[in-house]
Amino acid sequence: MTAMDTRAGNAPDVFVSVGSMMPFERLVHAMDAFAQAHPDLDVLIQIGRGRTEPAHARWLRLMPPAAYKAHVVGSRLFVAHAGMGSIISAIEAGKPLLMLPRRQALGEHNTEHQMATAVHVGCRPGLYVAHDETDLVVRAAMLLADSGTAPAPISYFAAAELTARIKAFIDA
Amino acid sequence: MVGKRILAIASGGGHFVQLLRLRPGFAGHSVHFASVHPDMASEVIGQPYYSFRDVSRADWWRVPLTLFDLIIILMRVRPQVIVTTGALPPLIALALVKPFGVRTLWVDSIANSETLSGSGRLARRIAGTTITQWPQLAEPGVDHWGSVL
Repeated sequence: MTAMDTRAGNAPDVFVSVGSMMPFERLVHAMDAFAQAHPDLDVLIQIGRGRTEPAHARWLRLMPPAAYKAHVVGSRLFVAHAGMGSIISAIEAGKPLLMLPRRQALGEHNTEHQMATAVHVGCRPGLYVAHDETDLVVRAAMLLADSGTAPAPISYFAAAELTARIKAFIDA
Repeated sequence: MVGKRILAIASGGGHFVQLLRLRPGFAGHSVHFASVHPDMASEVIGQPYYSFRDVSRADWWRVPLTLFDLIIILMRVRPQVIVTTGALPPLIALALVKPFGVRTLWVDSIANSETLSGSGRLARRIAGTTITQWPQLAEPGVDHWGSVL
C-alpha cells in the first residue's frame, strides 16, 4: 500500500481529483486500478474525504490552490468529477479534462446535476465525458496516447457582459 | 479604499472558483471574500479573506456552527452589498441581512443547467436579485445576465 503523499512537488503523469467537497469512491477505485494496470505511469489522486486509500496510486486528501493548479498544468492527463471547479480549472489551464459525473442514484451527490453538466458543459472542446468506470479507464489510456483537442485558453474572468451588469448592480 | 463594502461569499470548490471569475464586477469597491477553505486566502492576496465552516442539506445539523461564523463575518465586514455564487451558507447570510437593507445578488451556479439549485429556488424569495447562468432557466424574477464561462 502506498503512503499518503506529502510531497507537493513534481506533477504526475495523471492527476486525478474528486474535488474538495465530498468523497467519490468510484473514481478513486477506477483510477487506482488504472495505476495498477499502468505501473510505468505516475498517478496522483486527490481523494478529499474519501474512505478508500489508494493502494497503487500516490494520493493526498487536499492540496493548496497553487499546488492544485500546478498539477493541472503539469500533468499529461487531468481526470476529475464533473464539478465546475475542476472544469473551470482545466479550461483556464487550457488542459483537456476527462470527467466521470457523480450520480445521485449512487449516493455520490445531492442531485443528478453533474449528469446535466456533462451534457451542457461537457460538449465544449477539450472536455471528455466517461459514462462509467470501464469507459473511464479506456478513455484515459486513449487520451494519454493522443491528448486530443485542448480547450481554447480563456481569460481568468467571466464574460464581460456578466461582470458589467454585476458592476452596474453594485454601483447603483 | 473608496467605494462600497462588498462581501463576496461562496461555498468551496466550484462555487468559489466561479466567484473569483466575477472579480472585474467588483472593481472600485472594497471587497471582502469569504469561503470554506482557509487556504483560499492565497487566491485573493491583498484583499481581506474570511473562512466559515461549511454546511449542506446532507449535514444540516452543522447549521449552528456555520451561523456563528457567518454572524462574526457580517459584523466585521458590515457589507453594503453581498454577491454570492452559492450555496447553502451564503443563503443563510442573505437571510441574516435581509432586515438591514443590504443589497444582495444571488448568481446561481453554472452547475445547475436543467433546474435552479435548491438554494437558488429559495434565493428567489431571500435575495434582492437572483440570476441564472443558463438562458433556458430564466423565468419571472430570475434574469439571465450571462455566464462565468
